[in-house]
Amino acid sequence: MSGDFAVVGKALPKVDGLAKCTGQTKYADDLSLPRMLYGKLLRSPHPHAKILRIDASKALALPGVFAVITGKDLPIKFGIMPSSQDEHALAVDKVRYVGDPVAAVAAIDEETAERACELIEVEYQKLPAIMTIEEALKEQNVRIHEDFGAGGNLHKVVALEFGNVDEGFQEAEYIREDLFFYQGSTHLPMEQHACLAQYDLDGKITLWSSTQTPHYVHRALAKVLQMPESKIRVIAPPVGGGFGGKDDPFSHEICAAKLAMLTGRPVKITLTRDEVFYTHRGRHPVLMWVKTGVKRDGRITAMHFRSFLDGGAHGSYGVATTYYTGALQPVTYKIPHYKFEAVRVFTNKPPCGPKRAHGTPQPRYALEIHMDKLAEDLGLDPVEMRRRNLTGPHHVTVNWLKINSNGVRECLEKVVEASGYQKKRKRGGGRRGVGLAISTYICGAGLPIYWNDMPQSEVHLKIDRTGRVTAFSGAIDIGQGSNTMLATFVAEVLGLRPEEIALVTADTDLTPIDLGSYSSRVTMMMGHAAIQAAEKLKKLLFEAVSEKLGVPTERLVARDHRIYDRENPAKSIAFDEAARLAEAKFGTLAATGSYWAPKKLGTYKGSGVGPSPAYSFSACVAEVECDPETGQINVEKIWLAHDIGRPINETLVIGQVEGSVYMGLGEVLMEEQEFRNRLGIHKIPSLLDYKSLTTKEMPPVETFLIYTDEPNGPFGAKEAGQGPLSPVIPAVANAVYDALGIRIDEIPITPEKVLKALEDKAKGGKGRVGPERMPDFQFPAPIKVEPPK
Amino acid sequence: MATKAVRPKKRKIAVRGPGKTPIKLIVNGETHELLVEPRRTLLDALRKDLGLTGTKRACDEGTCGACTVLLDGKPIYACMALALECEGRSIETVEGLARNGKLHPIQAAFIEEDALQCGFCTPGQIMSVKALLDENPNPTLEDVKRAVSGNLCRCGAYPKIFKAALRAAELLRSGS
Repeated sequence: MSGDFAVVGKALPKVDGLAKCTGQTKYADDLSLPRMLYGKLLRSPHPHAKILRIDASKALALPGVFAVITGKDLPIKFGIMPSSQDEHALAVDKVRYVGDPVAAVAAIDEETAERACELIEVEYQKLPAIMTIEEALKEQNVRIHEDFGAGGNLHKVVALEFGNVDEGFQEAEYIREDLFFYQGSTHLPMEQHACLAQYDLDGKITLWSSTQTPHYVHRALAKVLQMPESKIRVIAPPVGGGFGGKDDPFSHEICAAKLAMLTGRPVKITLTRDEVFYTHRGRHPVLMWVKTGVKRDGRITAMHFRSFLDGGAHGSYGVATTYYTGALQPVTYKIPHYKFEAVRVFTNKPPCGPKRAHGTPQPRYALEIHMDKLAEDLGLDPVEMRRRNLTGPHHVTVNWLKINSNGVRECLEKVVEASGYQKKRKRGGGRRGVGLAISTYICGAGLPIYWNDMPQSEVHLKIDRTGRVTAFSGAIDIGQGSNTMLATFVAEVLGLRPEEIALVTADTDLTPIDLGSYSSRVTMMMGHAAIQAAEKLKKLLFEAVSEKLGVPTERLVARDHRIYDRENPAKSIAFDEAARLAEAKFGTLAATGSYWAPKKLGTYKGSGVGPSPAYSFSACVAEVECDPETGQINVEKIWLAHDIGRPINETLVIGQVEGSVYMGLGEVLMEEQEFRNRLGIHKIPSLLDYKSLTTKEMPPVETFLIYTDEPNGPFGAKEAGQGPLSPVIPAVANAVYDALGIRIDEIPITPEKVLKALEDKAKGGKGRVGPERMPDFQFPAPIKVEPPK
Repeated sequence: MATKAVRPKKRKIAVRGPGKTPIKLIVNGETHELLVEPRRTLLDALRKDLGLTGTKRACDEGTCGACTVLLDGKPIYACMALALECEGRSIETVEGLARNGKLHPIQAAFIEEDALQCGFCTPGQIMSVKALLDENPNPTLEDVKRAVSGNLCRCGAYPKIFKAALRAAELLRSGS
């Protein structure tokens, strides 16, 4: 791919920045319609209880209340994954977590709707609550889902063996085992979930919703409301932050639609901040055990990885999450024999789901600390330990994932050099330390959520006779910059500027399918579809211009609003004139582009999670300053190198890297989605108490972009939005060890844990805080998979 | 020095209500007469009664800064002030910054430095920066960090927000 681009790769501003900086952007909660009512959900105060009786008569009698609905009004189950249809929009028979929606009200204003919720009488019979992974594994009599899952309170059990780990461990000259716990955290987008539903008398529902996946919401609405999909329109206005928290179809979306149908008036539901914490779908708490065999020189001979996931009350994306905790370890390191076992359990807490880098930061945290510990045991330095195991380009992993471009080695060398890692390591003194980690992420899930052979992303493009280009795409901008990507791809091909491309996005009536803003798929998949559609239109323009100028089409170039002869640039036609010539010749100008991801290589059960058109790679060095008196950890600086393939917009890529660093630091240092035992109540459901980084804690970030020109990427591009998060977390943990000689094998690394480890160390202990043992659980015999030759 | 979340000065407010009561709010130089319940927050009055949805409701409990507006030039969380308390005082929101079709230099700097991702906290960030620069045209990086320390951004755009604020100060000083 030639580097001669007009707009691709340049540091240009976002196409939607102006609207966002002037307050003009309309997010879902900013919308209102004439005669609009406000909806509120009544939620369960108990973590686990039978519903014996619901009486809404007092609520219905309150002036200003238009409708009240309960579980019997929406009896059909739904869920994001076809294999996990385990949710009701409103609880039927029983509630499974504090915050489980039980009834919904539509009223003249929010205050009246709230008052009406208080007037609904619900009689519960409390059931024992299952609050931990261990309880869920043990408890056989109390079941959270009687009719769903893998028995007891198990949701999903996985056991896979690639190659022969026993053989691999026999070849090993040294074996080490470690245990880690990764605490759950939540996305906490600044914008609460909000939606507005309108019902027309011709039987059509329109739903505006702050969702990352309008297409999947569309399908869920059709299923639960039992309406044809053609009678439902879902529009996603710009989303005020998602991070995976708006990937599922939600109760409030279905309830707003149902209430609009019943009342004949538009209904808006905006969740409160408290409700956002309970809606969750965030990072799974995961307990992990890893055992690795190595040669004396550090080369890995075998790895056995186990994860225990606390799934909360529903399936959500949990099946995929479970597999993701084991899928990408072999993408950064050559592992000849690999065994992966995992179990996801149900607990009486808000459901977990996909959070930025879905299911991969947890095992990456474990693995990168484990690698440092192995290096120390072998007397190797952590950089060399990694160097000896890195994968390269054009590699098929032991679990059948195909890597094309691979810049992990360049990323590693870059951050090591730039940070002065080797010089700064082991300075002693017990205050400052440096830590290192690497990671990888997918550029789009290779498979759609529900099985089908249709394209994963499509773009429509039209040029009108004023020369205006409009792109139609189902992709939804959640802040990651997909609008800018769409405009940049089209502008590059047609020789225009990104800000000139008109965009119509994320509207199931007007735009073709894009599966949604998740799994870092949009630049990859929508990008290809956009380029393809633009190339088709360019061909028509060139044919018309060729005829007019008498220049063969192969010699024509589209750039700077002109189409001109490469050999004689003065011979040219302005873009808008070219559009009129082409319209006169061909009729209305429109074209389409479609993208299908490459077929996966693996054929085993579970091989659908992990394949991607490409993999991004990152490496991170963190420098910390620790206070042994207070246990406080300050991150002084982050160096992060990211293999981006090729940036489509350098400014936006750096923004995504810095944002990933920000979120990773929150997870490693302070963020915790914690619940009161037995009561199931969130301990800190507010933006004040749920700690996150402010401007005062945000360290400087030095970003390096590594170009590898991915053959499967649009113009060589790979993802940036999620991958750079993962290495930040273990890099900080490794830096704390370098500074203080303590191992915090359980994030977040709070001052309490630091002090506890220091105290333990002072008493002659190991100076470690972390899980001590694995739960008793018998995994089934693994599915044996022959590795690639 | 601008500090965060300055509550309106304790003022004597006549007892009003119960029920809806007429008030006058001066927003971006324009006087609006509206009828609100005494419990109406300034944030809800701006968003629901005046349709000024540029000011965002993100927590509604004074913890995130997305609803930051200027009251008599000081940054406040609009969700923590009653509309009644603000009667007759100068209220500035993000909608009031661009004049005669021209962006305010702070807005221009935010766009130029890409100091936003999802944009939901952006109006609040911009108003906090405005309060800072109105008082201190030549801030240090530390001044900027402190001025926006009450404005959370979950996209983590902080490093670029710092740059944008310093760039805006430069633009304002050069009179552009």
